[in-house]
Amino acid sequence: MSVANTISPVTSETTASSSATPNAEGLQSDAFKERLRLFGLCSPAFLLVLAIMVVPVLWLFYLSFLSDDGTFSLEHYQRMVASKSYSRIFWTTFKVSILTTILCVLIGYPLAYFLAQLPRRAAAICMITVLLPFWTSLLVRTYAWLVLLQRKGLINTWAIDLGLWDEPIKIVHNLTGTLIGMVHIMLPFLVLPVYGSMKAISGDLVKAAANLGATPVQAFWKVFFPLSLPGLFAGALIVFVLCLGFYVTPAVLGGGRVIMVSMRITDMIELHFNWGAASALGVVLLALTLGILYASSRLLKLDKILGGGVQ
Amino acid sequence: MSWLARPASETQITHGGRLWLYILAALVMLFLVAPTLIVVPMSFSDSQYLEFPPRTWSIRWYQHYVGSSEWMAATRTSLLVAFLTMLFATPMGVMAAYGLFVSNLRFAHLIFILIISPMMVPIILIGIGVFYVYAKLKIVFTIGGLVMAHVMLAIPLVLIVMSSALKSYDMNQEMVARSLGASRLRAFMVITLPQIRFAVITSALLAFITSFDEIIVALFVSGGDNATLTRSMFITLRDQIDPTIASISTIMVLVSTSLLVLAQLFGRSKR
Repeated sequence: MSVANTISPVTSETTASSSATPNAEGLQSDAFKERLRLFGLCSPAFLLVLAIMVVPVLWLFYLSFLSDDGTFSLEHYQRMVASKSYSRIFWTTFKVSILTTILCVLIGYPLAYFLAQLPRRAAAICMITVLLPFWTSLLVRTYAWLVLLQRKGLINTWAIDLGLWDEPIKIVHNLTGTLIGMVHIMLPFLVLPVYGSMKAISGDLVKAAANLGATPVQAFWKVFFPLSLPGLFAGALIVFVLCLGFYVTPAVLGGGRVIMVSMRITDMIELHFNWGAASALGVVLLALTLGILYASSRLLKLDKILGGGVQ
Repeated sequence: MSWLARPASETQITHGGRLWLYILAALVMLFLVAPTLIVVPMSFSDSQYLEFPPRTWSIRWYQHYVGSSEWMAATRTSLLVAFLTMLFATPMGVMAAYGLFVSNLRFAHLIFILIISPMMVPIILIGIGVFYVYAKLKIVFTIGGLVMAHVMLAIPLVLIVMSSALKSYDMNQEMVARSLGASRLRAFMVITLPQIRFAVITSALLAFITSFDEIIVALFVSGGDNATLTRSMFITLRDQIDPTIASISTIMVLVSTSLLVLAQLFGRSKR
C-alpha cells in the first residue's frame, strides 16, 4: 500500500495537467481500499471483544438502572451513597489498594534498580525471580501464602524457634495476610516497567553528574531518580488499578474480614441473585478504574503502561 | 583494592557503600520465589498438616489427586480449554496486530485500545457480564462458551507482544517480495512470519497460560462436568487447607516454569 502511496503524489505532480490525474486518483483510492481490507484483519478480534465484553458490560449498565420490579430507578446507586456498609467496602478497597501500591514501590524500586545495574547475564538470571511468579498461577501463590502464614505454618514455627515471638500470632485471614499476598502478586507488575525505564536511562548522565562533583547520593536523587519516575508512575498505576478489582487473594487470605468491592459483587450474585445491585457496584468500579486510567493517560501513553507488564 | 571499596556504578558509589541494596534485593527476590517453591517439598509430606521439611515423605497426595475422577476431569477441562484458547487467540491476535500495523489508519489506535480493553476492565465485571449473557443464551457451563471468553482475555496479550515485534521488523522486506510477484499472503507467510516466529510462540504460550490460570470467569461460566482446575481449587481453598492442593500446585508450578523456560529460550535465540 505505501508503494502506491509514495508513487501517486509524484505522478500527479509531473502530469498534473494531462489525463494521468484520474489515474493518480484511481491509484490513491485503490491504496485506500487495500488499507481498509487489511484493516479488516482485526475484525475477528474486534468483534469478539465487542460480543463477549462490550455487549455484556453495557447490558449490566442497563440492569443497574432497573429496580426489582423492572422499572427505571436509581435505587441501587442511592443505596450505595446512603448505606454505611457500602462506604466501608469502598474504603477497604482503597485502603488495601493504596497500601499494596506503596509497599510494592518501596521494595520493588530498589530491586529494579539492582537488576538494572547488573551485567547482562546476571540480570537475566535474577530476572527469572521476577518472571517466575508472573507466570505462576495466582491461585498457587495465594495457596502458598495460606500454608506459610497459617497458625501452625512455617512463618509462625520459625519465628517461635528463633524467639521473635512467643506464641503463634494471627497473620492470615486478616488484613496483614491479604497485604502480604497482594504485594507478592503485584510486585512483578511494578518491577518490570520500572526496570524497563531504568534500562533506558543513559549511564553517561549519571557519570557526568559524578564528574561535576555530585556525591553518589546526589547523583542518584537529582539525576537518576527523576528520570526513572515515568516508569515508576506507570508501574504504580497498573498495580493500583489491578488491586481495585482484586478478588481471589483477599477472598482466600482475608478470611471474610477484608471485603473488597469485587467480593461484594460476587456475593450479590451468588447469595442474593441481585443483578441490579451487583451491576451498579460493577459500574462504579469500572468508572473508577477507567477514570484513573484516563486521567493518567493524559500524562502517559496508555499502551506503554499496559505493554510494560508483558515482555 | 578490595571488592567492597571498588566503585559499583556510574555514581562512583562503592560496593561497600550500598551493601544494603544487595541485601534488600536478595531478600525481595527470596520473597518472590520462596513461597511458591516451598510448596513443592511440602506436597511430598505424609502428614495432613503440610510440614516443612516433611518428617516422612510420601506421594499420597499425588495418588489422591490422580485417583480422584473429579480432579482428573477438571485437569482435562483446563488443558483442553487452554489449548483451544491458544489455537484461536494466537491467529486472531496476530491478524489484528498485522492489520492495525500495516493499514496505519487514523482510527487504528482507537481500535487497538478497544481490543486491549479486556485488560483494563475489572475482571469481575467481565465475569458477571459474560455469565448473564451466557445464561440468556443457555451456554453456561459449556466448553465453547468458556473458550470464547478466554480467547477474548488472551487476545490483548497476543496483540501487545505482536505489535511490538512488528514495530522492530522491517516491513520493506515484505515489499520486496511483493514487488517480485508474491501475493501479500505469500509474502507474509514466507518472509515476515519466519522472522517474527519467536514473538508468535511467546504470545501463544502467554495465551495458553492466561486461560490455564484464569479463575474469575471460570468461576462463573464453568461448572458441572466442565469445571476448570482453578475453579475447583478455589472452591476447595475457600473452605479448607487440603494437602491435595499442594500436589496440584506443584504440577502447575512445573507447567508454568516449563512454559517460562520455553519463552526465555525462544526469546534468547532471537538475538
